[in-house]
Amino acid sequence: MEIGQLNANHAAFLLQGAMWTVVLSAIACLGGGVLGMGVALCRVASSRFLRGASGAYVQLVQGTPPLVAMFLLYFGLPGIGFDVPALIAAGLALVVNVSAFLGEIWRGCIEAVPRPQWEAAECLALSRIQRLVKVILPQAVRIAVPPTVGFSVQVIKNTSLASVVGFVELARSGQIINNSLFQPFVVYAVIALVYFALCYPLSRWSRVLERRAGSWRRRPAGLATLAAP
Amino acid sequence: MTDKDPVVELRDVHKSFGALKVLDGVSLTVARGEVAVIIGRSGSGKSTALRCIDRLEVIDDGEIVVCGHRLTDAKLNLRALRQDVGIVFQSYNLFPHLTVAQNITLAPVSVKRVSRAEALETAQAVLRQVGLQDKADAYPEQLSGGQQQRAAIARSLAMKPKVMLFDEVTSALDPELTAEVLRVMEDLAASGMTMVVVTHEMSFARRIADQLVFMHGGRVRETGPGDILLDPQTPELRQFMSHELHAATR
Amino acid sequence: MELAGVATVAGFVLGTLCAVGLRSGGGMARLCSIYVEAIRNTPLLVQIFLVYFGLASLGLRLSAFVVAVLALTINVAAYTAEIMRAGLDSIPPGQIEAGECLGLSRVQLYWHVLLLPAMERVYPALASQFVLLMLASSVCSQISAEEMTAVANHVQSETFRPFEAFIVLAGLYIVLSVLMRAVFWLLGLALFPRRRRLGTAL
Repeated sequence: MEIGQLNANHAAFLLQGAMWTVVLSAIACLGGGVLGMGVALCRVASSRFLRGASGAYVQLVQGTPPLVAMFLLYFGLPGIGFDVPALIAAGLALVVNVSAFLGEIWRGCIEAVPRPQWEAAECLALSRIQRLVKVILPQAVRIAVPPTVGFSVQVIKNTSLASVVGFVELARSGQIINNSLFQPFVVYAVIALVYFALCYPLSRWSRVLERRAGSWRRRPAGLATLAAP
Repeated sequence: MTDKDPVVELRDVHKSFGALKVLDGVSLTVARGEVAVIIGRSGSGKSTALRCIDRLEVIDDGEIVVCGHRLTDAKLNLRALRQDVGIVFQSYNLFPHLTVAQNITLAPVSVKRVSRAEALETAQAVLRQVGLQDKADAYPEQLSGGQQQRAAIARSLAMKPKVMLFDEVTSALDPELTAEVLRVMEDLAASGMTMVVVTHEMSFARRIADQLVFMHGGRVRETGPGDILLDPQTPELRQFMSHELHAATR
Repeated sequence: MELAGVATVAGFVLGTLCAVGLRSGGGMARLCSIYVEAIRNTPLLVQIFLVYFGLASLGLRLSAFVVAVLALTINVAAYTAEIMRAGLDSIPPGQIEAGECLGLSRVQLYWHVLLLPAMERVYPALASQFVLLMLASSVCSQISAEEMTAVANHVQSETFRPFEAFIVLAGLYIVLSVLMRAVFWLLGLALFPRRRRLGTAL
């Protein structure tokens, strides 16, 4: 099968690029998730210093385009004597970016657990850590699943930026093929389709989850915990 | 300790939220085994007084001693206080992600380090006490409001507290559901539990109270046995009673 | 900079129209929803290349700046549409009925009862989307549209001080995003008198 002059070799090359896109996304989600969990916990910590520091971190990272972060790591660090491979530069930039956004999303989810739940746990003599781990986080996780799945779409799209530091993922493999075929419109249309195929199922899934969570909250008995005046 | 030991003692307690004075010199003593019922309009400071006893609110001035814990003490052991005091809220506040049994065993296992088996046994016992022995494995949202509130009472009882606080626990319930919760509370009072109850249920208050406390404008205006409701001494209580009567017959 | 500014305004108008289209039902809604989903599930970088090379293959030779504005507008309009749709959906049906009973025309109804309150509700989400757009405009350096990132690229290739150049660039973006948020906050106060007077969200 051929589209334009795209042949099986090109397809294999694209597939390999797509695989690296998935790998990079996974690295970004896992690393960013772990770091983001730390950010979220710091954002709701009782220590003013931790709250302030994590808040500043989020502000700084969210105020920097991931593209610029990649430039900084890949082209900038060698300038002061550190050589960084493209995968590490791109991966690190994405991990940091994801951690700030997921940290904020998850902080919102923790704060979405009704205040009286904290209070009830406190009155049962649970320590602050026990309150967080046994009462608040299990509820926050449920709230967090749909927006987190939705955000993973964002992560996959952002991995395309790794192409600018020469990392051969999906977008970069498209550029390379285009350099030999010189049919940019066809090539990029195919690339866009592959991205769509990766992202759309996740978007749909997150929307389904959101609707389900919404109906769970609307069920009258479920309102019990939200009924505080 | 003798029977007349004070379990809860408030002396000249003051508390403001910003410019709003909520408690304006409240004093109150509850002896072991006694049931104190606080009544008054919304905004009279009765709920705040109750929340101060479990140190959910920090007071501005005065002194509170609960089960030997001096609440104004800088070295106050909050978790020890909370093991001695059980509190039940208007909005139940059961943990929705845990079953009734898990709700009840959570604190004994993680705070008191009781074995899981023993905690489960206690859970069965307190559930029997509130008439929910067959609901141990239900999730809160599968229960009616009255059942949820009884489960919340059981959860507090499982910590074997020395005093139980009830903050308008029936205000969110229909009349029939209210009755089943009040019955549980009456049984509890009869078993000798020290209780401080904030409520709007006047006939229940009269029936159950060893000491009835009428609050108005952040102060205790009248206090005495339940029968003070029949013969109010202050115009505020008289007005409050006629208002309540009105509401009841409407 | 003006890249992001132009795209924000154009994208907002286009996105709002699209949100109305999404709610209209029928073929129009399908069309709008395909557009929104296509944009939201593909990377901006690829979209920029598609517009750039797509227009070129149609024989249109436009400057990189125009292409960048076009691509950013198409991109942000889709996100705006989704946010505005959520805002419109959050208006209770009773409001529409009340408006109809007052004899408002369709356009008046949409403007006063639906669009303005919906906008006030989703204003914070819109504002942060536009800040993200400003940051994303850095991607346009890839088709050598003259914006901040491209300039920094020139600077570093001439001075051979990439680290300093990109640190300064990152700092500039951070300052810009803080400034933008401040401007949106002030704009919010100016646009929505209720928020200014009561300080509460709608």
